[in-house]
Amino acid sequence: MNKKKEQLLTLIFVILLAALIWLAQNYFDKYLIRILNLGFIYVILAVSLNLLFGFTGQFSLGHAGFMAIGAYTTSLLILPVSQKEMIYLIEPIIWPLSILEIPFIIALLLGGLFAAIAAILIGLPVLRLRGDYLGIATLGFAEIIRVIANNIPQVTNGALGLKGVPEYTNLWWSAGFAVVTVFVIKRLISSSYGRALMAIRENEIAAETIGVNLTYHKVMSFTISAFFAGIGGGLLASLLTTIDPRTFMMFLTFNVLIVVVIGGLGNLTGTIISAFLFNFTLEYLRPIENGFSLIFFSVPKIPGLRMVVFSIALLLVILFKQKGILGEFEFSWQRIAQIKNSLISRTSEGGEL
Amino acid sequence: MSFNIFMQNVVNGLSLGGLYALIAIGYTMVYGILRLINFAHGDIFMLGTYFLFYAVAIFHLPWWLSFILAIILTALTGVLTEKIAYRPLRNSPRISLLISAIGVSFFLQNAGIVTFSGIPKAFPRPDIFKKILIIADIRIQIVNINAIVISLLFLMILLYIVYNTKTGLAMRAISTDTETARLMAIDVNRTISITFAIGSALAAVGGILWALKYPQINPLMGIIPGLKAFIAAVVGGIGNIPGAMVGGFLLGFTEIMLVAFLPRLSGYRDAFAFLILILILLFKPDGLFGKNVQEKV
Repeated sequence: MNKKKEQLLTLIFVILLAALIWLAQNYFDKYLIRILNLGFIYVILAVSLNLLFGFTGQFSLGHAGFMAIGAYTTSLLILPVSQKEMIYLIEPIIWPLSILEIPFIIALLLGGLFAAIAAILIGLPVLRLRGDYLGIATLGFAEIIRVIANNIPQVTNGALGLKGVPEYTNLWWSAGFAVVTVFVIKRLISSSYGRALMAIRENEIAAETIGVNLTYHKVMSFTISAFFAGIGGGLLASLLTTIDPRTFMMFLTFNVLIVVVIGGLGNLTGTIISAFLFNFTLEYLRPIENGFSLIFFSVPKIPGLRMVVFSIALLLVILFKQKGILGEFEFSWQRIAQIKNSLISRTSEGGEL
Repeated sequence: MSFNIFMQNVVNGLSLGGLYALIAIGYTMVYGILRLINFAHGDIFMLGTYFLFYAVAIFHLPWWLSFILAIILTALTGVLTEKIAYRPLRNSPRISLLISAIGVSFFLQNAGIVTFSGIPKAFPRPDIFKKILIIADIRIQIVNINAIVISLLFLMILLYIVYNTKTGLAMRAISTDTETARLMAIDVNRTISITFAIGSALAAVGGILWALKYPQINPLMGIIPGLKAFIAAVVGGIGNIPGAMVGGFLLGFTEIMLVAFLPRLSGYRDAFAFLILILILLFKPDGLFGKNVQEKV
């Protein structure tokens, strides 16, 4: 299969996706649209974490921190001025935030940018650490961000959080950014930069001896990952319309981590599938958690049950299927063509399918 | 600040430090042997308090029996988590082990919410822990004194086990070199189980004292003390048992003093510990008492 044909197929795929999104946005019910939105946002979050985790081998637990930066930046920039006057009860909001109100897309990109800047600042010193130490240090960073958000009410409205964030996020935005994220990260890992990142993952010392600049590549991967986490945070804020520091507890990072591990470290296709799987399962298990009654008996509320299910799923995957749900399979037109060919050759030989 | 209040803060800081020290031991022992940050340790600590709560408040057992039962049950849970979630991964990449630990932690928290309900419960306190001691105008809560004494007692027992018994010798041998220890006919699996049992038992003691000091328990209560105790272990040099004790007392003491002297910053109390962690990791990653280990190709 040549390159032109692949590009054509990709184009057709994107057009089909766009048609599907148009259909969904106009005809699906609100509940389903919301789950799909969450699914696409989780694609952004999980794919960006997988860049760091699966491809660079850097164990970061700071995703929620970068999401918080993106979410607060975006929300503060798109909140209507009148709304800002109303919700800041502890202390009035500082100038210039008090009069700013800018278009959604610029606010989102600024959110990503600020998250990326924070990533450079924290990444330069912290990425020298290895493995689990890095995880704890980045977890600490995310907690520090949250504590700061709690303690500067003149900017973030403190523990009260921001209410009435305009709901701009729709499927066009979430799916659009999901496609961009997957495209950018796919291109990155197929480039020479990607090879360098994977070399770092396999063996840092060996990578360094063949001339890979460790700091440069790690910080780059960390920054790109944080940029998309910031965008994802912004989209999430505008979907939820209410955020406060507790939204960005470490559980949020754990959720994304679960998606990444179930999808497979270093497997983009698996991550995308698992992002939707996670959100749909989470929603469809909601009735069980809220309690329901059949004709003869009623099941009481069992809060926390859904996360028990997911933590067990995480444990099962890490214990028995470390490559994730898809194993080695990664989507590409080449791979699809191979499968098709092998099916055709088998049937033409007269064998059974 | 008057001398009285200062002394109260000193006692308060020491008792909090003792609790951090008790929990930090579990992290440092497991790290020494498995090179694993046992994320679930804070939740084991939480379980300890619930076991005691159920024994005392629901089954109306006497305090001394409940205390022993809670410690034994917590130790068993610790051993069980290692058998189920860590042992199968012993030859996998360390990242897998860490993810597994996060999974166990997440599971225990949510299973806790399912079985104990997420609503905080009032922890029963025997009257002796409610009293306030007044020495020359210094008001000291008895529970703080008890916490200091009990944690010191258990830390002594631990030091005795680690440095004066055969099991302790086996633990130290494994943490120096697992393969050689195996060749010397040390039963590695059994020793690791014992390590988890001891670490979890100390976490249970810490948890119970914690709940006596702050008498309200909920299934997520283990997260923050767990993380801080981990930081204490890092400060003392992870893998180093006396270091974890010193780190625990140091962290508890500084935390209380920070709030006492700079009440304006009390909102940043939880961030402070993490800041210490990041600074220590950057400038002295082996902690105050750790030994420097260089990775070889």
